Amino acid sequence: MKLKINGKTEDATEGIRLTDLIVQRGVESPEMVSIELNGEILEKDGIDAVILKENDELEFLYFMGGGAK
Amino acid sequence: MEFTDEQIQRYSRHLILDHVGVEGQEKISEAKVLVIGAGGLGSPVLLYLAAAGVGTIGIVDSDVVDLTNLQRQVIHFTDDVDLPKVTSAEEKINKINPDIRVITHHEFVNSKNIAGIIENYDFIVDGTDNFPVKFLINDACVLAKKPFSHAGILRFDGQIMTVVPGESACYRCVFPEPPPPDLVPTCSQAGVLGALAGIFGTLQASEVLKYIIGIGDLLTNRLLICNALKMSFREVKLKKRAKCPICGENPSITTLIDYDQAICDLKQ
Repeated sequence: MKLKINGKTEDATEGIRLTDLIVQRGVESPEMVSIELNGEILEKDGIDAVILKENDELEFLYFMGGGAK
Repeated sequence: MEFTDEQIQRYSRHLILDHVGVEGQEKISEAKVLVIGAGGLGSPVLLYLAAAGVGTIGIVDSDVVDLTNLQRQVIHFTDDVDLPKVTSAEEKINKINPDIRVITHHEFVNSKNIAGIIENYDFIVDGTDNFPVKFLINDACVLAKKPFSHAGILRFDGQIMTVVPGESACYRCVFPEPPPPDLVPTCSQAGVLGALAGIFGTLQASEVLKYIIGIGDLLTNRLLICNALKMSFREVKLKKRAKCPICGENPSITTLIDYDQAICDLKQ
């Protein structure tokens, strides 16, 4: 099935769990990522339950510091 | 207010803009903007706000200028090493534009003092490099209903959003809690492309001026992300989150919090 991840269309296994996708993609420091699914930011405790479906849009949003020091 | 002949010349490129004009320039001259952090992001913000004629500019920074800052913190010069950043920045602002009233706050912001510092300003700019203060600024601005610009840069990446409390998504709508301190690399550990600070600082300054004048579409409910290696910009749509712990329907945060600073920050 097709997913849109960070703005790009990508292939993924039918019915893959979000947690498995995170592992599969080797998402760097998952604790440092906020995940938006179809325009909604997911609650941290809600991620485990998410099963992805065709045309879902995912955004992995990273904490970004820096600027002053 | 009446502009002098010198001011009419100085601001002429704004005055001839349809969206600015005399009325817009008057708003700029009457505005009070606070910049927290006179570093990589704060430097270009301060330079452009001073040049634009923002009437009152507040600067908060507890640091002194270090040689390692000069690769990106363009308001500070080699001769300024060891000077307080607020002093160095104030001197440059006075040289760029003597019209500006500069207020310096040579201190850290914390849960005790931030409300008092921000209360007299119209717009706040987050130019800080650490998450405890980024969350503190968000919370203080949401509670005091002060609009602010968030930006963060690291390595070749940056992100920016504008928050108008009550109207648009806040930082915690996207990032509910600070990350674990030991997981966060700072610029001093991970490095940062100096010019990236210029890109994001000037984006922040543009947002400040648009807000003051009341023109265009602010970067609200949008997170603009840039990767300078690919030189690609991407926009992620955001919305206010009902469960946001500070601006949601049942906020669990009603007072300000001092999160622990990462040890690596303190050691510097």
